[in-house]
Amino acid sequence: MKRVDWQRTVLVLAAPTLAVVVAVLLSSIVLVVSGNSPLRTFESMLDFGIDPDSVIQILNKSTTYYLSALAVAIGFRMNLFNIGVDGQYRIAAFFAAVVGGWLALPGPLLIVVVILVAVAVGAFWAGIAAVLKVTRGVSEVISTIMLNVIGAGIVAYLIDPSRLGVLIGSQQVSTEPMPESAYLPGIPLGEGEVFGFILIALACGIGYWLLLGRTRFGFDLKATGLSETAAVASGVDVKRMILRAMLLSGGVAGLVGLPLLLGESHSYGQDFPAGFGFAGIAIALLGRNHPVGIAIGALLWSFLEQSSQILDLEGVPKEIVTIMQGITVLSVVIAYELVRRFSLAQQQRRVGAELRAAARSDEGAVP
Amino acid sequence: MASAPTAEQPAASVGAPAVELRGITKRFPGVVANSDVDIVVRAGTVHAIVGENGAGKSTLMKILYGMQKPDEGSIAVNGRPAAFSSPADAIAAGIGMVHQHFMLADNLTVLENVVLGAEPGTLGRLDARAAGRRIREISDAYGLGVQPDRLVEELGVGDRQRIEILKVLYRGARILILDEPTAVLVPQEVDELFANLRELKAEGITVLFISHKLDEVLAVADEITVIRRGTTVATVRPDEVTARRLAELMVGGELPSPETRESTVRERVVLTVEALTVRSPDGRAVLDDVTLGIRAGEVLGIAGVEGNGQAELVEAIMGLRPAAAGRIVLADRDLTALDTRERREAGIGFIPEDRQRQGLLLEASLWENRILGHQTRPPNVSGPWINRDGARADTERIVREYDVRTPSIDVLASALSGGNQQKLIVGREMSGDPVLLLAAHPTRGVDVGAQAAIWDALRTARAEGLAVLLISADLDELIGLSDTIQVILRGRLVADADPRSVTPEELGSAMTGAGLAAGPAGRANPAGPANPAGPEAPDPAAPGGRGPTGTTGTGPPTSDRTAARPGEGEA
Repeated sequence: MKRVDWQRTVLVLAAPTLAVVVAVLLSSIVLVVSGNSPLRTFESMLDFGIDPDSVIQILNKSTTYYLSALAVAIGFRMNLFNIGVDGQYRIAAFFAAVVGGWLALPGPLLIVVVILVAVAVGAFWAGIAAVLKVTRGVSEVISTIMLNVIGAGIVAYLIDPSRLGVLIGSQQVSTEPMPESAYLPGIPLGEGEVFGFILIALACGIGYWLLLGRTRFGFDLKATGLSETAAVASGVDVKRMILRAMLLSGGVAGLVGLPLLLGESHSYGQDFPAGFGFAGIAIALLGRNHPVGIAIGALLWSFLEQSSQILDLEGVPKEIVTIMQGITVLSVVIAYELVRRFSLAQQQRRVGAELRAAARSDEGAVP
Repeated sequence: MASAPTAEQPAASVGAPAVELRGITKRFPGVVANSDVDIVVRAGTVHAIVGENGAGKSTLMKILYGMQKPDEGSIAVNGRPAAFSSPADAIAAGIGMVHQHFMLADNLTVLENVVLGAEPGTLGRLDARAAGRRIREISDAYGLGVQPDRLVEELGVGDRQRIEILKVLYRGARILILDEPTAVLVPQEVDELFANLRELKAEGITVLFISHKLDEVLAVADEITVIRRGTTVATVRPDEVTARRLAELMVGGELPSPETRESTVRERVVLTVEALTVRSPDGRAVLDDVTLGIRAGEVLGIAGVEGNGQAELVEAIMGLRPAAAGRIVLADRDLTALDTRERREAGIGFIPEDRQRQGLLLEASLWENRILGHQTRPPNVSGPWINRDGARADTERIVREYDVRTPSIDVLASALSGGNQQKLIVGREMSGDPVLLLAAHPTRGVDVGAQAAIWDALRTARAEGLAVLLISADLDELIGLSDTIQVILRGRLVADADPRSVTPEELGSAMTGAGLAAGPAGRANPAGPANPAGPEAPDPAAPGGRGPTGTTGTGPPTSDRTAARPGEGEA
């Protein structure tokens, strides 16, 4: 038993180690090929990345990415590919910002309302894809991608000053800014402060872990993802599970824009960033859908993005970091698959050995 | 069906062996799929290989087609030893396979489909004219009637099958393996296929025909090899056997070992199925007006050739398939409107036919598999939470009590052998005090040791008052374990049998539609015209002579059924 656990630990650590080694190696090759020194590049990235200002940026970005990857991971757990996190968080953040700017409520209460609106809108937007899948069999991949575009269109239409938006200065269009009382306070760190929303993101991570790993709902979700036929035979209503999982995923996706909205921008402008949803897909893959893994993945992703900013000064094209991110995801996926196969083969061998031993000991006992 | 088997004499023994399989053995972890298989297929003949699902036919064909390597034994093709490591090797040796499920691209033409992967021409340019010419030549030579320019999507099932055959011939095959070719065909198409096969044979092609449909095999084959539990049990000629004899060879004619003789049947009816009808998506009744009852402590066995509605019966009772009409009542509670989970909670255990698809999460640990199907019940859960400790402790119990051979309960289910997976499922489904167990082929594909253990478990549970619906293709198992046997044919229960007196051959003949009364000894028990007694009253006059505690009268079910349907038989 002890030996088994030890072996397990080695296997669990083998995959990420292998992935990191491969990713560093391949990235080095890319750097060498493009005429740069890998050592110097990594060194300057690291130096810049651990700069206190950078650390705050990295933590802030990680908060956003973490929520995005959690939303994606909920779907992944049951083989649902929610490609629509991007559209879901944007439309959710937009309506949350509209409500935050228009509703006259005491600050803390307003923050709660804004969060609830974001969750509801995100869930609703994902729910459209879920209903289409459950009733008409439309692949959620297709419908969520389309809903991304539709969502962006709706936001662009409604943000016009003649509708829900306001004109800020002479050029900038945005939603009505939220009152200062509804700014979510930051958490002081060194010279600056990080988004207060980081605590909510952490709570989401714990909630994810509890819900998916420790509850009946989580078991049904996992079972459906592993084998739909077995789940059905065990009494899981798969359609209802699809609906619930998509709503949950969309609800978490609704939170993705809030660290920025509540902690920094306080309104949804035309320049509200897009693309967090796609980063979330990569990070969920990196983190193997595990809440801690995703956290590490989000930190790594943000670190690479942040530290890439020094590269221009070093004369290294900063697009190299995009290549590194891609390589990392690929290495992780491949490394985990290799380790999974290896460990399954090993388990089978051990079961086989056990069987043979048992067969020898009770030869003839079987009629 | 097609013309009588004796209409044309096989090419006697003039054909030299085209394929010789000697001592083929193939083991998978914990299970032997094939052991010591010997088959000689003479050139220019149609050689049928029959056996129940899971008997090892497909493994054997995969070996012959190079998809799997045998652990022991030798293959010779046209007298030369052969060792295939991939289908390409088999094709090079002149062996081609027509799969049960067609592998055609719908939006390509027949010609394009046929040449796909073996395109003639130079420098990547397809020489369609040459290909078309060759396809027509082959089609004419073997009377296949294939038009190369049609789009595949416009063609029917029979045409598609001919394209598959042509595709294989186009690649130079002289030995064809047809895997359950009639499974997808309507009777008329079956006749056409058989005409094609005779044509192929006349042109010197050797055909290996895999099936479990005995009448078809008798109609088309020159020789028949029967496989049971992974090994060849006999090779016979169609003019020297009957369908009944073949069925007996297929399912085993020896005396039953899973014997349970003293009756434990109680008065209390546990399951009542009334006039249950289930329709396939195309509206056909796959289960037609089925009525049956099972009492506490009773094992009701359902005998039937596969595909006659057994699977649908089990799935309808489990709530996996909607009932078009009828009622399902479990111990006075109407289940008809409940979903699968509620039915499980009401006390139904379920050993599915396909354990890997329906019974297990292969990539989850054993203890997580313990929870499957019992997600709402202790010891697995407390409130909305999973109770890991409870589930783990109970998994340890199952592993111990049901002798699941595993190093730990943390290994993945896929690491276990088939027999141990099945023991885990049986243990799980016996947990939580079920009142009814649906057991579909509970020992299919498991090794002998696991089989004995599973039989023991079923017997013990029955003695404790469990009602069991047993579906099995293994007639020995069915006769040995059941208190009552009913025969299912084309979705209807057509006959009753008393397991104490019926023989596998009688049962086999009833399964093919000949009716039990036609059995040679005439010992079988047609249920008689009517059994007016209610479910609570055992029928003292039951034809099996079982007396007041008899189990032949299963209650209301027998009343609206005639035992033998002379009109339907064709054997």
